Amino acid sequence: METNALIEYSLHLADTALILGQRNAEWCGHGPILEQDIAITNISLDLIGQARYFYQYAAELINQSATSAKEATENTLAYLRTEREYKNLLLVEQPNGDWGQTVIRQFLFSSYQHLLFDQLQKSRNENLASIAAKSLKEITYHLRWSSEWVIRLGDGTDESHQRMTHAIKELWPYTGEMFLDAPYEKETGVDIKIIKQLWNEKVSAVLNEATLRVPEKAFMHSGGKTGKHTEHLGYILTELQYMQRAYPDSQW
Amino acid sequence: MKVSHHIDKKMIYEYLEEIKDPEVPVLSIIDLGIVRDVSLNDEELEVVITPTYSGCPAMDMIKISIQVMLSTLGFKKTKVTQVLSPAWTTEWMSEEGKRKLKQYGIAPPNPKQQVCNDKLFVADEAVQCPHCNSYHTHRISEFGSTACKALFQCNDCKEPFDYFKCH
Repeated sequence: METNALIEYSLHLADTALILGQRNAEWCGHGPILEQDIAITNISLDLIGQARYFYQYAAELINQSATSAKEATENTLAYLRTEREYKNLLLVEQPNGDWGQTVIRQFLFSSYQHLLFDQLQKSRNENLASIAAKSLKEITYHLRWSSEWVIRLGDGTDESHQRMTHAIKELWPYTGEMFLDAPYEKETGVDIKIIKQLWNEKVSAVLNEATLRVPEKAFMHSGGKTGKHTEHLGYILTELQYMQRAYPDSQW
Repeated sequence: MKVSHHIDKKMIYEYLEEIKDPEVPVLSIIDLGIVRDVSLNDEELEVVITPTYSGCPAMDMIKISIQVMLSTLGFKKTKVTQVLSPAWTTEWMSEEGKRKLKQYGIAPPNPKQQVCNDKLFVADEAVQCPHCNSYHTHRISEFGSTACKALFQCNDCKEPFDYFKCH
């Protein structure tokens, strides 16, 4: 892969993991019950860890090819890039909503990330392959946890069913983007068509069991991969980057 | 292959044995199986470690502890490198480590991976209660106080306990 594309692809994977990690972390201390509060924040921690690997790798590549004097680090990449520079999927920046919406978002994402990383672990790029292989073990937990919750709530009470129906309708329009190649994704070696097909099968199977339906016709938003975001990302970054913006280079 | 300077690996490993996992202080980093290699190249001592979980906050602290330990031993140039591949697994945990975990009140990981797949609503693993040794236990949550643990409860002695889950 050409270096610039590889940097952008690594940033896309890093940003997506970081923003979902940040969103899930908003539940810390607010989960519906203690065990699930702990579960969602554990998932958050895994995602932030994965984001760090990709940022570290991107920083290494940037520094190798850089002309700029200031060294890139995982911190500069996470804390000092603007909204338009962030390349995360639109899905992960969507608000937490109620617990059902958070669970659906995690399920739609984890089922995609599981398939994506399964391919990425066979990448000819050793760095991407080893990050994917490492993360896949954690993603398996996320996928199982979120699938079980989708089924439990979808096939639960009238109210939980109705909330899950609302959540899937709300988030479905942000799933199309996962299967649209950004310019930097052309040579990743990942076959997005196969992922799309397997993802549809997996999602339909779980939603069916949850007595939920895949929305038939929906407009699909896109743009996150190339920095065109919904209004929500700016607010997330404001909170996430506040300390470094207000007190540059401050240390924990 | 270039023969490196005389370095007593065994001695280094013995010292590394004194560095504990800050979140499970009975386990050394050797017990955990995260030290992958120790080598000396051009006067620089390198310790290669692998993380348990991606987000494990203990890793940064472990790196610093290794650096401090090596410098107090008199090594001037040291490096701690993190590798991801092959990915860490609980199968690398030492038998001694498992024994210490149980004594500490945490159920050690089962030797065979039982639930590390995406099958839904599978039966709980048979996990032995570290307090009364009963296998009559149930899982409360597969996510626990740290990334590496799940929460269980014993049906016989009723004690809740942590299980160092297979990974």
